[in-house]
Amino acid sequence: MTQQQALYNYALRLGDNSLILSARLSEWCSNAPFLEEDLALTNMALDLIGRAQAMLKYAGEVEGKGRTEDDLAYRRGERDYYNHLIMELPNGDFAYTMVRQLFVSTYELFFFEELQKSTDATLAAIAAKTLKEVKYHHLHAKDWVIRLGDGTAESNARVQKAVNALWMYTGEMFEMDHADTMLLKEGIAVNTDNLKLGWIQMVTQILALANIDLPADGYMQTGGRKGIHTEYLGHILSEMQYLQRAYPDATW
Amino acid sequence: MTADNQLDVWEVFMQSKPGANYIHAGSIHASDKQMALQNARDTYSRRGEGTSIWVVPSSAIVASNPEDNGMFFDPANDKIYRHPTFYVMPEGAKAI
Repeated sequence: MTQQQALYNYALRLGDNSLILSARLSEWCSNAPFLEEDLALTNMALDLIGRAQAMLKYAGEVEGKGRTEDDLAYRRGERDYYNHLIMELPNGDFAYTMVRQLFVSTYELFFFEELQKSTDATLAAIAAKTLKEVKYHHLHAKDWVIRLGDGTAESNARVQKAVNALWMYTGEMFEMDHADTMLLKEGIAVNTDNLKLGWIQMVTQILALANIDLPADGYMQTGGRKGIHTEYLGHILSEMQYLQRAYPDATW
Repeated sequence: MTADNQLDVWEVFMQSKPGANYIHAGSIHASDKQMALQNARDTYSRRGEGTSIWVVPSSAIVASNPEDNGMFFDPANDKIYRHPTFYVMPEGAKAI
């Protein structure tokens, strides 16, 4: 694998993570518990779309085959998507969505802080812009998880259930493969190994405030980074890509 | 009418730029101060409308009663001498 290919994969994966989570969050549009939260969730979906657009555009440029961000978003099948599995899981209830937001945004808080220092100027610039958005996503998720966890017996039970169910999908965020290691040597990629301690400490602290028990570390799901997905991604893509698949190059 | 079960109502005031007056933007629902601030941000500052936000519980606002309008406001209507309209306006003064 050349460095160019590695960088393409890297930007593509970051783009895919944003795009797929964005698709999930936008499903809350008109379905959130109340109007203000509806706006908050779709706001976050739009932040993620912006990030996905920037990352996929860059991936296309690095690849050098003239593919645009739209080509990459709408013309790839599920085996060519490299997002973490946690992003594609169905929204579940509101507690489940918020716990996922907490796990992901806490990770991204550490990740983009480091990616800002990347020797790749484009990645560093996207990271700096993203970090401001992520700080808000994290604050929002943290407040909700604490509010629900420390709320009624019912809301606490729902948060605990979500934490237990999602825990096995958190390991994948810290995986490093050959491409990552190659880019790490050039100072381009983030060493996600180094993020793990900070992530676990912050999550533990927040869950303690929410009266939620930390699950024991067990089997961690993996696969998304290699294009092996849950049954859910195909459904997201079929909805997202329908128009471009049915009417290629359609414009309006 | 069913009861409003969507948390407490807060009034939102936005400042468009530093030094400008805070202007009432609308109201939102929230259960606490932090949530009120976040909901106000999400509802009223999505398109770069503001640089600062105040949120105030609607219950903390004391409003005048429409029945008192006569007593409160009408006496001001015929006191033209209260307006500084008998002065010559300095040239170039616009915001008076």
